[in-house]
Amino acid sequence: MDSYIDSHELHHTAAEHTHDEEGNKMFGFIVFLLSESVIFLSFFAGYAIYKTTTPNWLPAGVSGLEVKEPTINTIILVASSFVIYLAERALQRHDLVKFRLFLLTTMAMGTYFLVGQAIEWNGLDFGFTTGVFGGTFYLLTGFHGLHVFTGILLQSIILVRSFIPGNYDTGHFGVNATSLFWHFVDVIWIILFILIYVWQ
Amino acid sequence: MTNVPIEGILLPDEKHNHESPSNWKEYFSFSTDHKVIGIQYLVTSFFFFLVGGIFAMVMRGELMTPESDLVDRTVYNGMFTMHGTVMLFLWTFPSLVGFANYLVPLMIGARDMAFPRLNAVAFWMVPVVGIIMMGSFFVPGGPAQAGWWSYPPVSLQNPTGNLINGQVLWLLAVAISGVSSIMGAVNFVTTIVKMRAPGMGFFKMPLFVWAVFSAQIIQLFGLPALTAGAVMLLLDLTAGTAFFDPAKGGNPVMFEHYFWFYSHPAVYVIILPIFGIFSEIFPVYSRKPLFGYKVVAVSSILIAVVSGIVWVHHMYVSGTPGWMRLIFMLTTMFVSVPTGIKVFAWVATIWGGKLRLNTPMLFALGALIMFVFAGITGIMLSSVPVDVHVNNTYFVVGHFHYVLYGTVTMGLYAAIYHWFPKMTGRMYSESWGKIHFWLAFIGTNLNFLPMHPLGLQGMLRRVASYAPEYQYWNIIASLGGFLLGMSTLPFIFNMVISWMQGEKAPANPWRAIGLEWLVSSPPPVENFEEIPIIVSEPYGYGKSEPLTANLPE
Repeated sequence: MDSYIDSHELHHTAAEHTHDEEGNKMFGFIVFLLSESVIFLSFFAGYAIYKTTTPNWLPAGVSGLEVKEPTINTIILVASSFVIYLAERALQRHDLVKFRLFLLTTMAMGTYFLVGQAIEWNGLDFGFTTGVFGGTFYLLTGFHGLHVFTGILLQSIILVRSFIPGNYDTGHFGVNATSLFWHFVDVIWIILFILIYVWQ
Repeated sequence: MTNVPIEGILLPDEKHNHESPSNWKEYFSFSTDHKVIGIQYLVTSFFFFLVGGIFAMVMRGELMTPESDLVDRTVYNGMFTMHGTVMLFLWTFPSLVGFANYLVPLMIGARDMAFPRLNAVAFWMVPVVGIIMMGSFFVPGGPAQAGWWSYPPVSLQNPTGNLINGQVLWLLAVAISGVSSIMGAVNFVTTIVKMRAPGMGFFKMPLFVWAVFSAQIIQLFGLPALTAGAVMLLLDLTAGTAFFDPAKGGNPVMFEHYFWFYSHPAVYVIILPIFGIFSEIFPVYSRKPLFGYKVVAVSSILIAVVSGIVWVHHMYVSGTPGWMRLIFMLTTMFVSVPTGIKVFAWVATIWGGKLRLNTPMLFALGALIMFVFAGITGIMLSSVPVDVHVNNTYFVVGHFHYVLYGTVTMGLYAAIYHWFPKMTGRMYSESWGKIHFWLAFIGTNLNFLPMHPLGLQGMLRRVASYAPEYQYWNIIASLGGFLLGMSTLPFIFNMVISWMQGEKAPANPWRAIGLEWLVSSPPPVENFEEIPIIVSEPYGYGKSEPLTANLPE
């Protein structure tokens, strides 16, 4: 400890000067989500342009989309955003039992959404290769579904981590990021729902 | 926030770099040190620069004669496709990321990047991208042949019907490279916003950092569009979707939009850091403060913003309606305003300065001259009537090679020589450097200048054979190309020999101002024994106030 750089100590000093690591992580994550939203934006813009410029937007024999079931799905997904917020609040109060309960509820709602989407896909009379309509529909809903799945995965990770003693005593980056991601996935779905289901 | 020296930890004579990589093997292992990663990027990308250069040599050999007689046409198509892609995705992007990696934390007084492991992962994806892309030469049907822009429906042709073909591998490589770049962009933006040393406000940041910041913002908001387009094209090729396939009701022009929405701004991702390098080099070798620091800084952001609304100028002849062409012509021309501001600031910096014409300064001056030329032909091309006439001809090829070789690669050479002593702790040979410069400068002009008359006369790009009347200029261009290829040899020789046995470099051989020159060469593992406090503006050459306070002696 006398003739070399004590990196732990230096890191400590550095952290004081260059802000906290948790803050950096959260900032980086928000930047990442901004970038991610541009991918969705690209798909959305593509969908709108295709829809307005493609003759025979709905290929022959395709009857369009049912709105009722997806609406219920939408309500469940949007509601789950509030539930994960409650989970976050519970953790701030160090109420781990409620945290886990709300988190499990969120996961259940997300899973309901995914299962609902799978059932919907199964009953549709068009496929991925049915014209540009089929391609854009499955691309958008599929890419979003992948995000929902990722969200549930993240939630299960923070749930497991909550059983490790002392893990969530300070700093909740993982929880905050997962929650933010979930809100993001929700907002994207609302735009997607309006674009694809409402605007037919 | 404490700034007390950490007493008793360091002995004065032991504060230098015995923890920095001491042998070459460490540069080939997994490291999270931004300086090692920076050099890894530079060496890897230079390897691919040589690969892309060999492709160019073969093409220039083919174009010595009007007939297609040197290589098979499939190979030729693969060569121009890969030459373009390799030079962009595996040379200019990663080499500039290499410099950014090496310099940004040093320049802002940070110990490392915000996310060191993410940084390492982003780097190791680059060789993977290279292997997948080169692998395309070895699959049935041959390499990707649709040019670096891969426009459908040409890129949708799958001669073998195999799932794995050259074009599929090419698209995968581009998508992975996009993921790596987004990781890098998140890291750079976070590092620059959150980890600057105390006292370093945005308007005390070095201009290279400003440039990297602006360029990475473009990556964040442009790259996802290309990734989206690449994924859709990949699905068209492999899953039978109809996004861009006109035979199935798709719209190939949509791909052009996805592609250029990123790939035009990508030019600024490459050139902005070069502008940053110019801004670092000219003041040092002119011994003068940079003229108009704040305006130059803001002009980078302005270029980044405007870059997002000019992409349709690549599509004047893609059925774009007249009113839209007019809008994009005006926005494109507007880019010359912030760019011109920079050029005038550099000229004003050099003007009346006490010039030292070392190799970095020579390369920077050469690059600036060629950039001005490229800028003028760029304004010509932004104008719809000119573009419609010379579209898809060698005029365009000449223009962007003045940008990408004349400016970017020459600018990179300037940077390599300038920071070589810092990175290696050794001095390079000035005389070999000057030989390299003159060969490269003459070679560049001999190679790319004749492309302008060729294009005006109507010679199309991407052809292996041409009408005999084009041969005269083609021979000159090819000879210039070979000279340019040869110019790489003294450079490699100089770098290898100097790194092994060059004269030991002091911490600040150029008497430059800037945090990176305040630490030893090469810098110790965590850069600063103590985080400096910034108390003055950058570029205070000829001024008396200190740049930092509280640095160890």
